[in-house]
Amino acid sequence: MALIEVRGVSKVFGPKPKSALPLLAAGRSKAEILAETGHSVGLQNINLDIEAGQIFVVMGLSGSGKSTLIRHLNRLIDPTDGEIRFNGDDILQYDRKQLIEFRRKRMSMVFQHFGLLPHRTVVENVAYGLSIQGVGRTERRARAAEWLETVGLAGYEDSYPDELSGGMRQRVGLARALCTDADVLLMDEAFSALDPLIRSDMQDQLTALQARLHKTIVFITHDLDEALRLGDQIAILKDGALVQVGPPAEILLHPADSYVESFVRDVNRVRVLTADTVMKPPRLRITTENLDDALREMRASPHDFAYVQTGEPGNYGVVTQAELEQAKREHMPLKDLARELPSVQPGAAVEDILPAALQAEYPLPVVDEDGELQGVVTKKAVIEVVSDQADARAQRAEAQDQIAADAEPAPEDPTGVNPASRSA
Amino acid sequence: MDIFLDFGPAVADAVNRAVDSLVVTYGDGFEAFSDTVLTVLVALEGWLRGMPPVVVLLLVTAVAYAASRRVTLTLGVAASLWLIGSLGVWQQAMQTIAIMSVAVGMSLAIGLPVGVLMARSSRVRSAVLPLLDLMQTIPSFVYLIPAAMLFGLGKVPAILATLIYAAPPLIRLTDLGIRLVDAEVLEASRAFGATRAQMLFGVQLPLALPNIMQGINQTLMMALAMVVIASMIGARGLGETVLLGLQRNDSGQGAIGGLAIVALAIVFDRVTQSVGLRLQRRGARNS
Repeated sequence: MALIEVRGVSKVFGPKPKSALPLLAAGRSKAEILAETGHSVGLQNINLDIEAGQIFVVMGLSGSGKSTLIRHLNRLIDPTDGEIRFNGDDILQYDRKQLIEFRRKRMSMVFQHFGLLPHRTVVENVAYGLSIQGVGRTERRARAAEWLETVGLAGYEDSYPDELSGGMRQRVGLARALCTDADVLLMDEAFSALDPLIRSDMQDQLTALQARLHKTIVFITHDLDEALRLGDQIAILKDGALVQVGPPAEILLHPADSYVESFVRDVNRVRVLTADTVMKPPRLRITTENLDDALREMRASPHDFAYVQTGEPGNYGVVTQAELEQAKREHMPLKDLARELPSVQPGAAVEDILPAALQAEYPLPVVDEDGELQGVVTKKAVIEVVSDQADARAQRAEAQDQIAADAEPAPEDPTGVNPASRSA
Repeated sequence: MDIFLDFGPAVADAVNRAVDSLVVTYGDGFEAFSDTVLTVLVALEGWLRGMPPVVVLLLVTAVAYAASRRVTLTLGVAASLWLIGSLGVWQQAMQTIAIMSVAVGMSLAIGLPVGVLMARSSRVRSAVLPLLDLMQTIPSFVYLIPAAMLFGLGKVPAILATLIYAAPPLIRLTDLGIRLVDAEVLEASRAFGATRAQMLFGVQLPLALPNIMQGINQTLMMALAMVVIASMIGARGLGETVLLGLQRNDSGQGAIGGLAIVALAIVFDRVTQSVGLRLQRRGARNS
């Protein structure tokens, strides 16, 4: 059972929201319903499972209903239809008291424009959740100070929010959300109002915090790069309906429709895709020390080379059929025979393994933490990722050319790897 | 051909009968209310008039400095007060201050909750707004006549008249101030599980404070504008000085009363404005 289950949730805004539900059920579009009844459809028949401990990203453009959706999870907005369960509990049945308790203990929220109290100091802002729960001043200040330190704002306790930069204010917002120790963190475009550099800092900080805290995070963004960078799961919303839900690589590699594809086209794949998403199953792997057995395996397979473990666990190399035959004649041990290859971690970005993969004579082994061979990254697979990227760039460049014929197209890096983006 | 219906006398009769029956039915209640207000007023007035002027002057000057932290403004406030005393109307000014304090205090007690309710519900708002327009436009004598009948001549109807005329800006600005509170801040408070009371006292009122302060300032200024009219139904004070000048055709005395009222207005205005400004600087944080 997922921690948060959203079942058939629809939201209609207008004077008589229920009246639009039959039209929605009949499959009428958002625009048709607006024209016919004057009701605006916020969400239509949303079904989601958000597992505990993951970062669940909801992505969509403005007006797609993503902010409406996240506000359903702590009932800042109530649905017109459908069910929302938390830990199996139907939160729509909560009365006011239960709801307040739910918001205090279970869910906390970070806002796009921070939503800090301008008349309270930073530490009082962080302690806000505790203060409305009636936690004593000394205790809540101590706990707030700890979280301030965690987000790197120690020493700013007694400043006011307007004395801080945007990035610092959002750290206060994050500390405030963490301070109540809620199970779920709702982040509504939390980094969208920040400068790109600060934003990527904050993304790193969130990733680092998450590795330690294992919260359940529901993160709203309009930026696919951000979604791919943070998300364990990504849900894509369009006009209030879910278009696709899945892990980042699935979204990138198998976009559900042309809408998702149009987003994905602009993504820097080499940076987002990881070795395990492009690897192929290992070809022939020889585990035996016996050269005769090895040769027999090799001859039986369509390949003329095989992976063998060399020396330390986790190190792999290749031997060819010819080498095996030669070794058999000269009675050499299999281990010394293999030529070692650099191994790749499953989580490594394609960007980082690109040079090694292109230089290597054989596909690189992907080796997990336990030293097990997971698969291999072929030159071809890497080139495909890069050329997809180049295609997308070429398409974009063409489009730009059409708009401004006299403007010079951006110089294309032949490998498709932009050195600037690599160092960033 | 006469196109008009003649219901003027009927309306007048109905109002007269209504006021009469109010007096008959609730006379005791009105008197009890009137006595309570009067007790507070008399005590405050006695205290203000009993204090040595120099103490009042120092007190007000200290408050002005604490609120503004500006020397010139503080000196100006002190000079205005000194001018009132030097014009020879110190006692009258103290009477006026007492009446105004009670009227403004009652305006706050009524205006703040009404303003909060208006901000909370558009229905209340659309019901109260025309009432406020009425309170501000209807000539004060119209309600002074029944007020004098209900409460007798003197200070209490004067306070009521002042209340009716001066409370609307406070109500309007409280409503506005709360409506202007950053929706995201309020939403944040709600998302963290604040109760309605916690949102009101922890977020809405503190953030609306600069506007509410402006409302108090406006209420004070309008209360001062009512001083002369109030004196016509027997409230003493600076209004009486002006009224006496009018009755005796003594322009000089009228001018003295007028100057003193202006000086008092300056004192009230500067002090409340600077409190408002300080709050605004706070309120503008993070906006």
